[in-house]
Amino acid sequence: MRRIWNPGVQEWFGRILIFSWIPGFLIFSASASEQVQIGSKKFTESYVLGEIAKRTLTDAGISAEHRQGMGGTIILWEALRSGQIDVYPEYTGTITQEILKRSDELTFEQIANELGKAGIGMTEPLGFNNTYALVMLRSRAEELGLHTITNLKNHPELKFGLTHEFLDRQDGWRPLAQHYQLNPQNVIGIDHALGYGALGKGSVDVKDAYSTDAKISENDLVVLEDDRQFFPQYKAVFLFRYALPTPAIEALRKLEGTIKEAKMTRLNAEAERTKNYTRAANLYFEDSSGSTRLRQGYGVASNAFGETFPHKLARWTARHLELAAFSLLLSVLVGIPLGIFASRGGAIGHAILGFAGIVQTIPSLALLALLVPLPFFGISVRTAIAALFLYGLLPIVRNTATGLQDIPRALRESAIALGLSPAARLWQIHLPMASRSILAGIKTSAVINVGTATLAALIGAGGLGEPILSGLNLNDHATILQGAIPAAILALLVQSLFDLLDRVLIPKGLRL
Amino acid sequence: MSALVQLVGVSKTFGDAAAVHAIDLSVERGKTTVLIGPSGCGKSTLLRLIIGLLQPDSGQIQFDGTQLRADKIDIVRRHVGYVIQEGGLFPHLTARGNILLMARHLGRPKNEMLARLSELCALTRFPENLLGRYPLELSGGQRQRVSLMRALMLSPELLLLDEPLGALDPLVRAALQKDLKEIFARLRQTALLVTHDLAEAAYLGDEIVLVNEGRIVQQGSLADLREKPASSFVSEFINAQRSLAVI
Repeated sequence: MRRIWNPGVQEWFGRILIFSWIPGFLIFSASASEQVQIGSKKFTESYVLGEIAKRTLTDAGISAEHRQGMGGTIILWEALRSGQIDVYPEYTGTITQEILKRSDELTFEQIANELGKAGIGMTEPLGFNNTYALVMLRSRAEELGLHTITNLKNHPELKFGLTHEFLDRQDGWRPLAQHYQLNPQNVIGIDHALGYGALGKGSVDVKDAYSTDAKISENDLVVLEDDRQFFPQYKAVFLFRYALPTPAIEALRKLEGTIKEAKMTRLNAEAERTKNYTRAANLYFEDSSGSTRLRQGYGVASNAFGETFPHKLARWTARHLELAAFSLLLSVLVGIPLGIFASRGGAIGHAILGFAGIVQTIPSLALLALLVPLPFFGISVRTAIAALFLYGLLPIVRNTATGLQDIPRALRESAIALGLSPAARLWQIHLPMASRSILAGIKTSAVINVGTATLAALIGAGGLGEPILSGLNLNDHATILQGAIPAAILALLVQSLFDLLDRVLIPKGLRL
Repeated sequence: MSALVQLVGVSKTFGDAAAVHAIDLSVERGKTTVLIGPSGCGKSTLLRLIIGLLQPDSGQIQFDGTQLRADKIDIVRRHVGYVIQEGGLFPHLTARGNILLMARHLGRPKNEMLARLSELCALTRFPENLLGRYPLELSGGQRQRVSLMRALMLSPELLLLDEPLGALDPLVRAALQKDLKEIFARLRQTALLVTHDLAEAAYLGDEIVLVNEGRIVQQGSLADLREKPASSFVSEFINAQRSLAVI
């Protein structure tokens, strides 16, 4: 379970925060150097292992602090190297692929050597191997008589809902599909936690999971056997700074070989059930039973097939624009009338502006999460468009309202005194006079939508967020930039497009 | 000849302060009536009541013998032109667009509209080649001429002017005063003009109505006001303006 339970924007923001605060952290860590700082990644198993390390150190009389769920591999690794943290749990496969960026399988000693060059030590394996697995609902698998990954070959109609990270990993979906010669018709990218819901509802049939995942027993899933040994080894270890005092290192080393898979799965299940990671960690110290189940696997490095980059970029960009443009259109169609009502003030006007303001304060990720359980929405493009639509609403409503309210009273009254009907006043006088403000609102919404549409990838709606999410999870800057650069360029283009539209749509008399 | 507009016991209150109080006023046909008084005396409020931008709290306003009603006000408005201090021109429309706005809204024939437009340009001495300009491209005096054309476009029975020359410099102001007087005379226009300048009132007005604190203090010609002041306020008001004129 080395990957991320809720990969996405928190991590993205977290990362920006961490990078921008590094100088502050350095000062902080220097002053707090007495205490051992333990980090963990943003998923249950990492939390539990972090808590186990904390208790082990505390029991050995060493003061320790656990900073839970700091982010993904890149964040933890950078934090460890820069001394913000001293220890964190990691997996051998992740170290090889994501940190050392090696495509070949390294021996344990080779990994230790490479890390040593960066001043980082590694414990012996803790005892369990948490590798990838493909899982299905037990009932569905039995109905189709599926037991192994090879069996999937005969069922190209099955829908695969895979995490973005798995889709893009060097040891992920593409080489797996090649290895097993799978050619399913329908493969979508979906957030890990949401994927379980989709599996339960039958909107996807197969998803990726981790072999010690508590959700497997919780949701009555079966692991399809890796009968042609594709998945590599992901043995859990602790990484630590050489600078750590010897007693602390010795205490951590006592954990080596003591956590077997069955035990880890039980601790994970306890943590998931109670949401109390300390309590789950304490279970480790209460019993020491557990069975060993070792599996052999090997890594496959090639990503020889798949679409070319320009083709992928075109696909991401087209989807991105589709999401942003359609949601913007809805925001305009709904936002301008709402803004007109709001400009008239009164209880309804305040209610409209208040509602639009509140929507804007909901973090975009939370808004997505709120929409997903609703019947009509779920894991779909609809949800992404609805969220973007709601986000785009406020700037348009507010700018329409203020643009109309800013029309001088003398001019409003002149229009009335002329005898123009209310409709004629709105269309011929008020809206043209407010056009600059309204267009500025639409421009703001458009730029927000282009930026926020990167989040659509979290719920499988695609767009330029796909490479960004994959890159964040993979600790791969190049992949992040494949999405981030086009998204930034797109935002600039949208901005210029609206600057041009200003010249066409704002009456000349207002531009003098 | 009967009055075109008749106000009987009209009062209007804003919050606690009475803007106008039990006003009786007649605007005679074919004449220019001038409302004059210090700032905030309620003279603009009277204009806004007649054009229906405000509803009276009590009293009656009759236009051409019929009582004003909120639901029929748009029909009355087509018979009334309204000019305000800054012109009230819409910045997104050209001079032509501003002048023709209402006629177009009513679907008047194009030939008729353009003929009327030429006529008005001649009347107000506005160069026709400037009709394509936007208000921001015109001088203050030109803007007021456009505003006047817009008010006169539908040949209104009544012209309301709320300090139309208040924001102009003295030379332009003098030229426009002269033009206004000629226009009113030529059209035999019924007009109700608000100003705080006694000289302007005397020059343009057939009848001067002095208003103070929401009440009519005295009504008549300048000579009446000067020689038979109804109260010490009337003398003070006239003397204040005359002393300025002497300097």
